[in-house]
Amino acid sequence: MIIHHPILGPRDAQEFVYLGDASLIDRPDGMTAGVEAFHDYLYNRTNPAGEHQELWYHEQGDRSWLVVTRNTVTHEITKVELARDVARARGRTK
Amino acid sequence: MASLMAMTALGRRDPATVTHGPLTISERTDVALASVAARKGRMANLSASARAAGLHLPGPATHSQGTPYSAFWVAPEMWFVEAPFASHELIADMLKAALGDAASITEQTDAWVAFDVAAPDLAPLLERLCNVDFPAVPQGHATRTVIEHLGVYLIKHGPGTARIYGPRSSAESLLHAVETAAHALW
Repeated sequence: MIIHHPILGPRDAQEFVYLGDASLIDRPDGMTAGVEAFHDYLYNRTNPAGEHQELWYHEQGDRSWLVVTRNTVTHEITKVELARDVARARGRTK
Repeated sequence: MASLMAMTALGRRDPATVTHGPLTISERTDVALASVAARKGRMANLSASARAAGLHLPGPATHSQGTPYSAFWVAPEMWFVEAPFASHELIADMLKAALGDAASITEQTDAWVAFDVAAPDLAPLLERLCNVDFPAVPQGHATRTVIEHLGVYLIKHGPGTARIYGPRSSAESLLHAVETAAHALW
């Protein structure tokens, strides 16, 4: 499987480490969101047969975190973004 | 004051050189190394101070040759800087003085072992060792890759010359891997 890194171009998937659902970026505020929201964040995942956003780490490359949009049925990768950019777009970090 | 002897990554007094067929592997102990990472939101300051210090910070996956400072890209807004060990043994302090507080600088010299590999054509050797398409990438290409389970930096200086930076504590294993591939070939 080839992942088209936004900076480095096509790279072999064996250079990457898979973390999981990219919803991990959307961590609720532990002080205000309440225990239910944090429970959902920690334990509940959708398990779609189809398009899925997931976090991959380019461990044997430039050490960047990526958000990969992958179809879990066909394994087709439709989009690869730097997790930093995704997080900033969602207002997670400055 | 204790009188200490400097030893190479292979535990010797002098850098090792191995030749096999057309291949020469030369350990390099005359290179000082430091990492330079821009602090958050300070890239413009770092660019300016690096330019003033004669340090060119190249784009992604690229090595830039210079005097005294060469540099290669390792991550977004982060580089490894090389300089001659004889004049820049304290490279981290020197870069800190030159670049100010726009960058975080870490001494790297003794974390790595450097091997220069040279042969008329390195492609058959490197295609056995790692997944970098060595003939296809341009001169000056620098990337992190894996050789025998070891994370290394590979820099292409020409079709027949490259430098490999590997973890110092695995210097023997890295050398053994390159030698084994060479023996399979030549």
